[in-house]
Amino acid sequence: MKKLNSIIAAFLIMVWMPTMGQTQKGSVLIKNATVLTVTQGTLEDTDVLVENGIIKKIGKGLSANNVTIIDAKGKYVMPGIIDAHSHVALDAVNEATAPITSEVQMADVVDPYDIGLYRSLAGGVTISHAMHGSANAIGGQNITLKHRYGTFNPEDLFMKDAPRTIKFALGENPTRVHGRGKNIQPRTRMGVEAVIRNGFNEALQYKKVWETYNNALKQKDATPIPPKYDERLQTLVDILDGKVIIHCHSYRADEIYALINTCRDFGITNIVFSHVNEGFKVAPELAEYTMGASVFADWWAYKFEVYYSTAYNAAILTENNVITSINSDSGELIRHLYHEAAKTQRYGQLSDDQALALITINPAKQLGIADKVGSIEEGKQADLVIFEGHPLSVYAIPQMTFVDGVKYFDINDDQDDMRLRVSANETVEPIFLKEHDHNCMHGVDFFFNNFGRSLFQHSH
Amino acid sequence: MKKFKSIIYLMALLLFPMIAQAQFDGEFIKPRNGKFLLQNATLVTVTKGTIQNGSVLIANGKIEAVGQSIPAGDAEVIDCTGQFIYPGMFDGGSRLGLVEVNSLPETQDFAEIGQVTPNMRALVAVNPNSVAIPVTRVSGVTTTLATPSGGLFPGTAALINLNGYTADQMSAGFEGVILNFPTSARRSTWDRRSEEDVKRDADRAQKNLNDIWERATKYHEMKTAKAELQFYPEMDQLAKVIAGELPLLVEVNAAGDIEVAIKWIKEKGVKAILTGVAEGWRVADKIAESGLPVITGPMLSIPTRQSDRFDAAYTNPGKMAKAGVKVVIRSNDAENTRNLPFNAGFAAAYGMGKEEALKAVTINAAEVFGVADRMGSIEAGKDATLFVSSGDPFETKTQIAHVFIDGYRVPMSNRHIKLYQEFLERSPGLEK
Repeated sequence: MKKLNSIIAAFLIMVWMPTMGQTQKGSVLIKNATVLTVTQGTLEDTDVLVENGIIKKIGKGLSANNVTIIDAKGKYVMPGIIDAHSHVALDAVNEATAPITSEVQMADVVDPYDIGLYRSLAGGVTISHAMHGSANAIGGQNITLKHRYGTFNPEDLFMKDAPRTIKFALGENPTRVHGRGKNIQPRTRMGVEAVIRNGFNEALQYKKVWETYNNALKQKDATPIPPKYDERLQTLVDILDGKVIIHCHSYRADEIYALINTCRDFGITNIVFSHVNEGFKVAPELAEYTMGASVFADWWAYKFEVYYSTAYNAAILTENNVITSINSDSGELIRHLYHEAAKTQRYGQLSDDQALALITINPAKQLGIADKVGSIEEGKQADLVIFEGHPLSVYAIPQMTFVDGVKYFDINDDQDDMRLRVSANETVEPIFLKEHDHNCMHGVDFFFNNFGRSLFQHSH
Repeated sequence: MKKFKSIIYLMALLLFPMIAQAQFDGEFIKPRNGKFLLQNATLVTVTKGTIQNGSVLIANGKIEAVGQSIPAGDAEVIDCTGQFIYPGMFDGGSRLGLVEVNSLPETQDFAEIGQVTPNMRALVAVNPNSVAIPVTRVSGVTTTLATPSGGLFPGTAALINLNGYTADQMSAGFEGVILNFPTSARRSTWDRRSEEDVKRDADRAQKNLNDIWERATKYHEMKTAKAELQFYPEMDQLAKVIAGELPLLVEVNAAGDIEVAIKWIKEKGVKAILTGVAEGWRVADKIAESGLPVITGPMLSIPTRQSDRFDAAYTNPGKMAKAGVKVVIRSNDAENTRNLPFNAGFAAAYGMGKEEALKAVTINAAEVFGVADRMGSIEAGKDATLFVSSGDPFETKTQIAHVFIDGYRVPMSNRHIKLYQEFLERSPGLEK
């Protein structure tokens, strides 16, 4: 009997093992939709066949066996929306203890229970770039998430084939936290530039020390002493080696230009500027030297460094050939990025394809995942949204959202309570009249903003 | 020689005005009033249906005539073929003009020190030259309720039109005292009080409110009896509410609080408007039964409870309107008050319907603020506060062509547009 038990146990382990680290993949056939491919135009009355999480075929009159068929006649299908700047599903956002904290990993603090994931799925968002906050000139390493809501395992949310990225931050936030908050550099934009430049130079020295050591090892009978390993500096070395994409919180044209110059001096080309409210003022430079700008549609005047900005930012950047995306940096905004993208038609009259690219293929390019997601193309991962009404219309309503061909949101099967976990000692559910999580200065802001005076404002 | 000298002198004199006058490029476009005929538009009057090929005659700040064939006379004709005319939109609650840069205390004029400051009047602190005002009005939002916030009675809100250089030029005539009704909810996700503390604080705040109200009632009674009273500006302002001269704008959001507030309002017999009302959908029938109007928003906000449906805030105004509540929409924003029509669009999409949502930002607002005789629809005799658009103003891509406020044609320009003009094709570009 004991032997039988252990055989069963061994069998169960064998069955269970291969499923470890495997996320669910689905198959589905969406029929008769208006397909907004983003990269290959709009296809009327078209079917999309998804097999095992991948877009297998796009065409008319497709059929498949043993696959769920969805009739999307009169509806629109677009690629899953991608948010290049988010803090949804993070337990912590800022490690505000030093101007450089490149050793920190957001992958360590992913919270799969966050209802924000489901709410963003209900707004058609399938991928978010979960970022460190903006307290430090060089912050932590970010993690790109696929919104596979329902899992209790944070790793199931990771988009494992996405490249590494890291958060940088310029301007008011790092100077406020470190300069004014702790009386250490940086207190000015001069200091921010110097902190980053010094960091890269130190990383070069560190790289050289290791190279010397590794070369010494190759000598016969060599017994060199290994240098001390430093995760912080090694990460900066990886940036210099082009292995990590920088996503830099920034607002003013001068600080953006200064970092472009720093990057050029160190041969760094993998850089995306985020928020970048004054990006339009240095659009030609952003187009020439960077992976583009990820902006807000219309936010301004919530702090001084965004006072001289314009809602036409995204349109100006787009028309100047800057790779441009629209991000949320907010647990609220992430739910209607399709509407935020549409604002570029109010402010700058972008075309439908230009506007849709802002929340699909362009953020995919900025995250280094454009070969896998961001458009409806055969061979790409099946992250799809079905809309009632054109997604750029204010009256559009997302109906279903798929990640890897698996349906995670269906408006006709939407339970009132979609929480994965309810506290056992909660007798009455708390009512929150304002949400302050999910933004760049989460975790540090309260100590710097007049204790409630500015609580009702954006703090990014 | 002398003659020659005087000729030179004369020439120099002639040159002088040219030298003395600085040379400016470009022309500043000012708001301008006059007689205008807006021709051949689809008129969405809100109260009297839709008129095809309609015209609106504007003179002396008023809509002089509405119809299908109005002679131009000496009016400036603006062809609106293929375009639409709507009444100016109201935002039922905004800090526009009361703050310039949100994070800078020097520019925050919406929250005074103290819990009981009903005598703080928003109208006197509105900055007519706020950069955000022209940014807002080109969206067709012409009228906002400038709203103080903060303590229990943070101040007196004022309805303003977004054109003019003084408080009096901007005033649209309505004022109301704000009461932040004591709440049993958490103030925000920052609020880490225990459940017991939340409850105890709410009870205390309720008792405190009743004490203050009793004092104000006494003050009013004594004043009515012509008693000689010590100067007490806070009570003086509350007495106006008790006398029915000013309505009370009761900010209340959690469902339980809304019910308590309705009971309190009935008990005190005060003329009131409910504002916020984020969980109104939970008690929509009770609000409808009370007959109290509601100013709610923004729709573009997260649900108040984690267990709520994702669209709780989108569907809230529609559910209240269906129950029979008179609903007005607000942005509760400042610099992005221009998003009011998009909030209305979401409300419309999620159950309210376009027609009702349009009323919620026009005639309903005018009625709730007691200015419907002058504003809120396209009708002859009303103020010429309206706009011309390429289509439905809630639809994101719609372009607004002209805006008129009190008969003034306001420039379709602002800092956002000027930056667009300057930087779309920057000079010098990449190379100098």
